[in-house]
Amino acid sequence: MYKITAKKALNPTVVQMDILAPFVAAKAQAGQFIILRVDEEGERIPLTVAGFDRTAGTVRIIFQIVGATTAALGRKNAGDFLQDFVGPLGCATRTDGLKKVCIVGGGVGCAIALPIAQKLHEQGAAVTSVIGFRTKELVILESEFAAASSRLCVMTDDGSYGTKGNVCAPLAELFAAGERFDEVIAIGPLVMMKYVVETCRPTGIPCTVSMNPIMIDGTGMCGGCRLTVGGKTKFACVDGPDFDGYEVDFDEAINRSGMYRPFERHAYEKDCNLFGKEVH
Amino acid sequence: MAAKVNMSPKKNPMPCQQPAVRARNFDEVATGYDEAAALDEALRCLGCKAMPCVSGCPVNVHIPEFIAKIKEGDFEGAYQVISRSSSLPAVCGRVCPQETQCEARCVRGKNGEPVGIGRLERFVADWHNAHSTAAPITEAPNGHRVAVVGSGPSGLTCAGDLAKKGYEVTVFEALHTAGGVLVYGIPEFRLPKSIVQKEVDHLKAMGVKLETNMVIGKTLTVNELFAMGYEAVFIGSGAGLPNFMGIPGESLKGVYSANEFLTRSNLMKAYRTDPVTPVSKGGKVAVVGGGNVAMDAARTALRLGAEKVYIVYRRSMEELPARAEEVEHAMEEGIEFRLLTNPVEILGYFNCDDRRDERNGSVIGIKCQRMELGEPDERGRRRPVAIPGSEFILDVNTVVMAIGTSPNPLIKATTEGLEVNRRGGIIVEEATGATSKAGVYAGGDAVTGAATVISAMGAGKVAAKAIDEYLCSK
Repeated sequence: MYKITAKKALNPTVVQMDILAPFVAAKAQAGQFIILRVDEEGERIPLTVAGFDRTAGTVRIIFQIVGATTAALGRKNAGDFLQDFVGPLGCATRTDGLKKVCIVGGGVGCAIALPIAQKLHEQGAAVTSVIGFRTKELVILESEFAAASSRLCVMTDDGSYGTKGNVCAPLAELFAAGERFDEVIAIGPLVMMKYVVETCRPTGIPCTVSMNPIMIDGTGMCGGCRLTVGGKTKFACVDGPDFDGYEVDFDEAINRSGMYRPFERHAYEKDCNLFGKEVH
Repeated sequence: MAAKVNMSPKKNPMPCQQPAVRARNFDEVATGYDEAAALDEALRCLGCKAMPCVSGCPVNVHIPEFIAKIKEGDFEGAYQVISRSSSLPAVCGRVCPQETQCEARCVRGKNGEPVGIGRLERFVADWHNAHSTAAPITEAPNGHRVAVVGSGPSGLTCAGDLAKKGYEVTVFEALHTAGGVLVYGIPEFRLPKSIVQKEVDHLKAMGVKLETNMVIGKTLTVNELFAMGYEAVFIGSGAGLPNFMGIPGESLKGVYSANEFLTRSNLMKAYRTDPVTPVSKGGKVAVVGGGNVAMDAARTALRLGAEKVYIVYRRSMEELPARAEEVEHAMEEGIEFRLLTNPVEILGYFNCDDRRDERNGSVIGIKCQRMELGEPDERGRRRPVAIPGSEFILDVNTVVMAIGTSPNPLIKATTEGLEVNRRGGIIVEEATGATSKAGVYAGGDAVTGAATVISAMGAGKVAAKAIDEYLCSK
C-alpha cells in the first residue's frame, strides 16, 4: 500500500497528490510515468510523473478527473492509501545539450511539461513556455512555469485569461519573427500535439511529443500501447513515452485512444450517479 | 506389494463440463478424478523398473513411486513424492503437455492409451490442497540471500527449491499479483487462479518473501540487488512484447495481441459482468495463430459472449502447435478452424459522411488468402504458399494476434555484461542456467522465447541447483 502524503485541488477537475513510494522516488526522472491502482479491484492507469522528492521519498502525480478510476482516485485524501504504485516506467525525456527550448503544454499535460521545463531551466537552458487551457478556471501551474521559464505565454481558448487562442498561434508568431529553438517539446491532448508538430514542420526544428496511449502492464508485455512511428510499430511503455513528433502517426493514435470511449462513458456515468455528482 | 493391474487399454475418462455449458462460463473445464477413478487409473501403472516416464518429465517427478502411493490410498504420501521434484504440482497436473512428455514414454501407450499421469498428478495435488494443513518442510536457514526476478513458473520453482534448502529468497514481481503467465495468460477455465494462489501461499509458508510492483530493470537494477546483499540473482522475467504480422489494419480498434486480450480478461477480470477494465465482448472474433495461446484466446472470446470464433492458421492441422487436448476442447466448444489460411489485411469501418461516428476505425473484417503446403523448409516443416486469387473476407469485429512474442528489453538494457542472443533471449549455459554475468542465472521464456510452463519450471530447477552449488563454493 502506498500512502497519500498530500493532496491539493489545482482547479475544479485537476488534482495534485504526493504519494509515498521511496523506490520510485529514488529513480524517477522527468518524462517517465507510473502505473497505479486505486483499490484491490481497480484498473491499472498510467500517469506521467509530475515531480518527485528524493529525500521525502514521494512522487507527485497530477491528474484530471475524466472517468470512473480518476474519480475514485480524486475521492482519496491525504492519509489514505493506494493499492498499487509502480515505476518509474518508460524512458526519461532527453535534455542533454539543449540550450534553447520551447515547452508547449496543453491542459493537464502541463503537469508533465513542468518538470521538464524545470530540469532544462536548472541546467541553464533558456526556456520559452507556451501553456494553453480551455478557460480561465482551468489554468494550472502558472507561477511554477513562470519561475522555470525566461518567457511564458498563457493561452485560453475563450480568451477569459491570458491571450485568446490555441498554443500553435504564439509558436507560429515566434517562428515568423525568426525565433529558433534547439527543440520544441509538446505535451498535451493528441490533437494539440499533432498541430504543434505541423506548426514546427516547416522550420525543421526537432519536435518531441509525449504519448500517453491505452496501457495495461506498462512493462513491455501486453502491446496495448503500440503506436506507428516512422512506419514501424513502437511501444510507448518501453520505447517511449517520448517520440519524434514528425514520425508519429497521430490519426491512428487518436483513433486507438477512442477504443473504449463508450465503456468509459458508461462507467463514469455510473460512478457519478453513485456519488450524486454531475458528469463533466 | 503385488497389487492387481487394471489392463483396460483406455484411460479413465476425465470428467468435464458439457461443451455447450462450459463455452459460456469461466469455470474449470475438466473437473478432475474422484478417489475411485484415481485408484482405478493408478492400477493401470505397471510400475516398471525402467521408468521411461521419469526421463520424459523435465523435472523428473518420480512417477511410478507416487502412483504406487495412490494404489495404497496414501494420497498425502503421493503428494510428498511429487513435491520432492515439483514445486507446482496442481499447476503441472493441469497445463503440462503430458502427451509429449511423461505419457509419451509410458509402456502402456504402446498398446492402448498411456497411464493418465497428468490426471493423477492433478488428483494428488488437489487432494493435498483440500486436506492437508501440514507446514512445508525446509532446512534450517543458511544465511544466504537470493533474489528471484519474476513470479512465473520458472521463478516460483527456483524460489521454492532454494527455500527448501534454507536460502532466504525474495521474489520481485512487476505486476500487482504473483504468478506471471499463470495469472495473466492462462485462463481461469484451464487453471483456476485460486490454485495459483495456493501455490504462492505455499512458497510464502516456506519463508519466501514476495515483493510486487517491482520492475527489475526500472525500479531496481540487477546490480542494485547485489548491492542490497543478494548473493545471486535468478532472472525469470518471461516473454516480452507481442509480435504483429505487419499487415495493414493492425492498429484498428478491435485488434489485440493475445497478451493484451488475455491480460484484460484474466488478470484484470474483464470477464466479469460489470468489469472495471474493458475488453471486447460478443460479436465475431478471429484469432490468428495455432499455439496454446491462440486456443486460450479463442476459448476466452467464446466465453466472453462471441457469437462466432475462428482460428486462422496458415498451415494444416498436422502442423498446429497447440496441445491436442486444447484443440479438441476448442472444436467441441464450436470454434471454427480456418486452416491453410493467412490474413493479408484487416479491414476497418469508415463513415465518410460522419467523421464523428464512433464506429470509425473499428474492425469490420479480415481479408485472408488460402494457402497450400509447398516444399519443406530448413526445419523440415512444409512451407505454406499462397494460392493466387484465393482472397476472401471473414466477417469479424475483433482480431486477436497470437503469433508469438519477443523478449522483454528492460533487464538487458540496464544490466551491463548480460549477453543476449540475436533474438534478445538471455544466453545461458544449459546445464546450469548461468548467464555471462557472475552470480546471475536465468531461465524460462526470458531465455527460450515462448515455451511451456513445465520447461520454464525445469529451467528454474536447474538454476536453483546451480545457485546452491555456486553459493556453497563461495
